Amino acid sequence: MAFELESAAHPENLKRVVIEPVTRVEGHGKVTLLLDEDNRVHQARFHIVEFRGFEKFIQGRPYWEVPVLVQRLCGICPVSHHLAASKAMDMIVGARLTPTAEKLRRLMHFGQILQSHALHFYYLASPDLLFGFDSDVARRNIVGVAAAYPEIARQGVALRRYGQEVIRITAGKRVHGTGSIPGGVNKNLSMEERDTLLKEIDDMIAWSQGAVELVKKVYGGRPDFHNGFGYFRSSFMSLVREDGALDLYHGGLRARDEHGQTIFDHVDYTHYWDYIHEEVKPWSYMKFPFIRSKGREEGWYRVGPLARVNNCDLIPTPLAEAERKAFKAFGGGSALHATLAYHWARMIEMLHCVEGIKELLHDPDLLGDDLVTQGQRGFRGVGVIEAPRGTLIHHYRVDEDDLIVRANLIVSTTHNNQAMNEAVRQVALQYLDGQNLTEGLLNYIEVAIRAFDPCLSCATHALGQMPLEVELQDAAGQVVDRLARNGGGETAR
Amino acid sequence: MSDTLTIDGKEIPYRPGQTIMDAAMAAGVYIPHLCHNPEFKPHGSCKLCMVNVNGRNVASCTMPAASGMTVLNDTPELNGARRSLLQMLFAEGNHLCPVCERSGNCHLQALAYYLGMTNPHYVQFYPSREVDASHPDVLLDRNRCIMCELCVRASSEVDGKDVFGLSGRGIQTRLVVNAPTGLLGDSALAVSDKAVQVCPTGALLIKRQGYRVPVGRRMFDHKPISVVQTEGGHD
Repeated sequence: MAFELESAAHPENLKRVVIEPVTRVEGHGKVTLLLDEDNRVHQARFHIVEFRGFEKFIQGRPYWEVPVLVQRLCGICPVSHHLAASKAMDMIVGARLTPTAEKLRRLMHFGQILQSHALHFYYLASPDLLFGFDSDVARRNIVGVAAAYPEIARQGVALRRYGQEVIRITAGKRVHGTGSIPGGVNKNLSMEERDTLLKEIDDMIAWSQGAVELVKKVYGGRPDFHNGFGYFRSSFMSLVREDGALDLYHGGLRARDEHGQTIFDHVDYTHYWDYIHEEVKPWSYMKFPFIRSKGREEGWYRVGPLARVNNCDLIPTPLAEAERKAFKAFGGGSALHATLAYHWARMIEMLHCVEGIKELLHDPDLLGDDLVTQGQRGFRGVGVIEAPRGTLIHHYRVDEDDLIVRANLIVSTTHNNQAMNEAVRQVALQYLDGQNLTEGLLNYIEVAIRAFDPCLSCATHALGQMPLEVELQDAAGQVVDRLARNGGGETAR
Repeated sequence: MSDTLTIDGKEIPYRPGQTIMDAAMAAGVYIPHLCHNPEFKPHGSCKLCMVNVNGRNVASCTMPAASGMTVLNDTPELNGARRSLLQMLFAEGNHLCPVCERSGNCHLQALAYYLGMTNPHYVQFYPSREVDASHPDVLLDRNRCIMCELCVRASSEVDGKDVFGLSGRGIQTRLVVNAPTGLLGDSALAVSDKAVQVCPTGALLIKRQGYRVPVGRRMFDHKPISVVQTEGGHD
């Protein structure tokens, strides 16, 4: 069912409904629906309408500038870009990180995922989950949550602030810091900084446990509805540790198909291109990655919290591991494919992050001063990390003068492109097909997109071969002429 | 008459041969400047150090101090003019402070903070300028060059190499390198040269050192440029 509803056979006779912008997501996107006279859905697309150019304009810049420069892709998950680029540059300088450097980066990244997950759950998603998808739109926002559930809102703000504070202490700034450099980090943790973070960590763990319980309560309250909402099955991809454990900073690539069968496992991510390709479609600025061995039609997959929690064999912190087992038991021992299960998995990960932060804060290596190493100079660097929204791939080539000559970024949200479109189409068929559209019903579409926590500004960074379409309309709005350039650069009328 | 002058009403001494800038620095009075560095001959090109002496605007780094001078320095009018000069510098180059490795250590950025520059005001030129990474240890990023000629003077006066010079006129002026190919890697420049140390922006940098100093420990993280430079910090 993957590509059904992607393109209507005769769009000219259909009416067009547009949701623009999609709200409570990072970045700008829109949804278009083509409906017939009986409001039957014939086409549903999730379009990304932003345009960025990072892969192009970092060419000619020195490699050590890149971890700081490319994190400007995003204001929500800059640390993930900062660290993915740093990992790639570690290969350029031939470094094997010291324990202090690696653990400081891991701490920084736990802070990143904590703050991003808290932001998404409390600020963006909780209004839908707590009030209902088609509840009063005036109340369906974080201000409404703060009024109706002040303690939940307060905890959400505090969890995000704590994550930001971890980032500030390790990277120098809450947003767009400079802590990670090729071959290591530029500062360690002082005892004062460690003690400051330790003071609040038990509250953060308790509140994260509360968040998992809240999702379980909401989800379990109407299990059939939540399981069935925008339901589809897919492959999943994520990094896993050598022993199969969840690892957000480093590991090998694992992909499993919709039946749970392994497609590839423990793949050295520096060879990602042997396993993943990208396709361009003429109606979106976001590319469509797919697993090569399964082809363009069948090779799409999901990444992010749901993929990671489904894919891993264990979570290496006890509270989150117990929640993973409960999550798996809910799915009858196999992977959960429900779109809304993303929220549940996301909160399990948030709990893992605060547990991981506590564990690291008690590690004396973080106070060490062996911060940077280097080895044999390389010219190709690949850095892969699990960003809040999923697997993030940075790939660079550097010349002998230390300048970037080529860059390829496959950003987390991009992996989910086809899956988000699939969710939109499922919801359109389940709830909108043949109905009189209301604001509440249209929000069902947004709820499905929101579950993925897409970051659209991150995901639209390609330049050079992007598809473009120009329409000439007469005064009555009728299309007189249309000129289109496809992803291969060919222009057609 | 005694050898004193007044700056903003404060009487300060000077020695014969000193400029207004010399006397002010010796007395701990800050006059904003970019192209001036007390280790080198005055240049008088950036005009940031413009002061008003007895009703006339002059460059304090080149004007000899004289007895009885009444100098205005820290006034809204002069600081406004300085801010405009800075805005022009920002508009005509490509100064991307948020990602620049000299951020926090950059005199241009620190002056912009000191003078309350909150936007570039003028339309950005976005000029196309070359990055020269041919030297094994030094990067020349002309996007950030403000033509202060500190590297030109350092290479000539201290290093004795004449590696750098300015070429072209007006807005076409650019920093050129004394080498058959015009490339830094083919010049006589060494990473230990004074010319590499004096750039007030991020135009000349030692390679592979970027971002080594964490936020919070950079030159201007805790003190404004007025305090850092009156305490003797220039590089």
